[in-house]
Amino acid sequence: MKSYILPEFKIKRDNERCIECQVCVRQCAFEVHKVSQDGSIYSENDKCVACERCVTFCPTKALTIEEYEHYIKDNANWTASVQRNIWKQAETGGVLLTGMGNPKPYPIYWDHLLLNASQVTNPSIDPLREPMELRTYLGSKPESLEVEISGGSVRLKTKVSPQLKLEVPIMFSAMSFGAISYNACEALARAATELGTYCNTGEGGLHEKLYKYADHTIVQVASGRFGVHKKYLEKAAALEIKIGQGAKPGIGGHLPGEKVGEEVSRTRMIPVGSDALSPAPHHDIYSIEDLSQLIYSLKEATEYTKPVSVKIAAVHNVAAISSGIARAGADIIAIDGFRGGTGAAPTVIRDNVGIPVELAIAAVDSRLREEGIRNRVSIVAAGGFRSSADVIKAIALGADAVYIATAALVAMGCHVCQKCYTGKCNWGIATQDPKLSKRLNPDIAAERLYNLVAAWAHEISEMLGGMGINAIESLKGNRLHLRAVGLTKEEMDVLGVKVAGAPLS
Amino acid sequence: MEGINGRRNISGCGLTGFMSEEGRLINGEAIIRSIEVLHDRSNGLGGGFAGYGIYPHKKDFYAFHIMYDDAEAKDASEKIIEERFSISGEEPIPTRKVSTITKAPILWRYFLKPELDECDKDISEDDYVIETVMLINDTIPGAYVFSSGKNMGAFKAVGYPEEIGRFYRLDEYEGYTWIGHGRFPTNTPGWWGGAHPFTILDWAVVHNGEISSYDANRRYVEMYGYKCTMLTDTEVVAYLLDLMLRYHRLPVEIACKVLAPPFWSEIDRLKEERKEEGNVFEALRQIYGSAMLNGPFAIIVGHASGIIGLSDRMKLRPLVAGRKDDMLFIASEEAAIREISPNLDILWHPRAGEPVIGELKRTSIKKQAKVINLKERIVL
Repeated sequence: MKSYILPEFKIKRDNERCIECQVCVRQCAFEVHKVSQDGSIYSENDKCVACERCVTFCPTKALTIEEYEHYIKDNANWTASVQRNIWKQAETGGVLLTGMGNPKPYPIYWDHLLLNASQVTNPSIDPLREPMELRTYLGSKPESLEVEISGGSVRLKTKVSPQLKLEVPIMFSAMSFGAISYNACEALARAATELGTYCNTGEGGLHEKLYKYADHTIVQVASGRFGVHKKYLEKAAALEIKIGQGAKPGIGGHLPGEKVGEEVSRTRMIPVGSDALSPAPHHDIYSIEDLSQLIYSLKEATEYTKPVSVKIAAVHNVAAISSGIARAGADIIAIDGFRGGTGAAPTVIRDNVGIPVELAIAAVDSRLREEGIRNRVSIVAAGGFRSSADVIKAIALGADAVYIATAALVAMGCHVCQKCYTGKCNWGIATQDPKLSKRLNPDIAAERLYNLVAAWAHEISEMLGGMGINAIESLKGNRLHLRAVGLTKEEMDVLGVKVAGAPLS
Repeated sequence: MEGINGRRNISGCGLTGFMSEEGRLINGEAIIRSIEVLHDRSNGLGGGFAGYGIYPHKKDFYAFHIMYDDAEAKDASEKIIEERFSISGEEPIPTRKVSTITKAPILWRYFLKPELDECDKDISEDDYVIETVMLINDTIPGAYVFSSGKNMGAFKAVGYPEEIGRFYRLDEYEGYTWIGHGRFPTNTPGWWGGAHPFTILDWAVVHNGEISSYDANRRYVEMYGYKCTMLTDTEVVAYLLDLMLRYHRLPVEIACKVLAPPFWSEIDRLKEERKEEGNVFEALRQIYGSAMLNGPFAIIVGHASGIIGLSDRMKLRPLVAGRKDDMLFIASEEAAIREISPNLDILWHPRAGEPVIGELKRTSIKKQAKVINLKERIVL
């Protein structure tokens, strides 16, 4: 069948600059750049995914990637990408697959919320001169403490359940070994350890060589139960039950057999080359009381020494579901918004299911407060955090901390080409091909991750100080420090914020 | 929720307070003299006082001080009061004419005993009173209960504090603890209810500062049924104290460490040196993080059995304390203390976040023999 699909990108090679060194040829796993019989280099546009690897590594900067200009008769409905998707399905009969988070131009509420700062009546605090505290504890908190003072000494009479200590309120979100390379996993674990925060194994198990980072690792128990065994639960600071993921609420996961090599096979405890299919639901969870059983099974298995998190996708009824999860005994609820990334998901689901995390955080925080149980769980927000500003706004809306993943991948080199599911990641991140994954140097990747989070922490300190606050807990749920621009009354009501310029109240 | 005038209250202010730990009763003129010195810290847009031990003849009744905009508000509030309490006495709050104090609302006080019906048996009298205060303040337009404790009373208005003290004839009351406040609001135009102190039951708080953590604190106390109708930082402090001290039964020193906690670096050090103590402070910040007051503040809190002075953990607002015999003085300026007690035994500047705590040593309150002549210099 003749394919009607036109290339998406066009590679321009400046022949005056090109020295025919063939770096581009070697760098591209999609085999875009080729050497012709006469030794000259040419490029096959239709294979290009715009990952920019060749552009970045070309020593003479001879390459640029542009959008392929093909004429579509002016139409707001039947755009080039719509037509391309229809041709793909007409030619294959398959579900369209993609990677990373929802790229559609839905409203980004972060960009409609503005932060406050002190002027005159309240001095701002200079974080370079004064202490600025970002430390955060995640876990279930009792409503009150019993403290006894006798004979000049104080003693705590209440037993507090286990807490995760974060030196910055930013953690690395779940990415499995299988979806990403071993080197990427190691870089995340090392950076989390250096930063005093946590990385998350996703549902891919924990490679034995990473056991030494156990104190900064959250291990996930997902519907496929891949790599879950006693030692796995022990080599963790916290456990996370994955119910859903923002990029693909309501469906399971699929790691293609091509990505299941020797190491992934051993870590996931599945045969080499077999597809790793996670069912859509957990087959032992058909309602909230079943979730409670799994939460307590994990607590029993680890003798109540580790907090248990439950991760869900932000969906329409997220507030009520979160209340149920809190009452089922979870210590942490991770809420993954519809912009959250993935290694592989059906495009139609990624782009159309779920709700923005901004609205979800606000709804969940408000609901738990109305029910008087906000102290029982910590809220971790995930899904598309792009900068320190997004993070600080999430905390002001009511989150305790956030998970970042796409930003972490970008820090390591990802250019968000959305081809993670092909296993051909030229940046050595979303691949199990040894030739590709060795491109990611874990020393450098860990340093880049550390730098990113350290920079965000610095920026958060500056913004906090500007608001006259020197401890992050005083911003949590402090929505008066947020003002809205360009939102409807209904949106502001859900977010619990006032319009910019409205009187302080 | 809209605040009064739809505005939240922020201000800079002068504070003063003192108590006799032996329970000697002191004429209210002393607190007027003390706050008068701090005239320049206020701008004539509000001031107020609270005195403890001032209603010895009605000491077992909850004394409600209520301001009404009109007779309609009064009728509606009294309907609630009559339904819920037996009234042992009611009268206008006595005032004298002061040329600068104008536009006074109707000021009325009631001495009340809760009449809990069968359905309310499981809540305490204190909770019942709080519920009533919240009900009136939240639902009746133009009515505002600004004092609701036993054997104590708050007095507040728009004007300079010394004028307000004279307007309320404080020289005709005697109390073992007095606190006073002069306001420099940067926001709310003069509304009498917006002046300090803010009270609930016998807690009365005067405050200088702006709490940057306000909305985190507000949303925290609202989880426990308090309603922040005033939208001032100070109101939230009163509710936080009530929650921690009365409900959670935390010791006063510990509650102060919640409001102005040590830095994590200090807690980490403490955990190495004295593990158990370090664990207490770590847990306090973990559990009561939303109760921490962030931003500049100095507060003086009065309550039935004592007085508390506290500044924020960076001491961005002034606070000094002094002692003379059984008297403990706390103020934003030394001058306010020296005015009424020039020869102190000791005067100190409490460190950031370090509470000054005065406790009533005796349960029986002594009558002070001395009658103060308004013209003479007061020396406590």
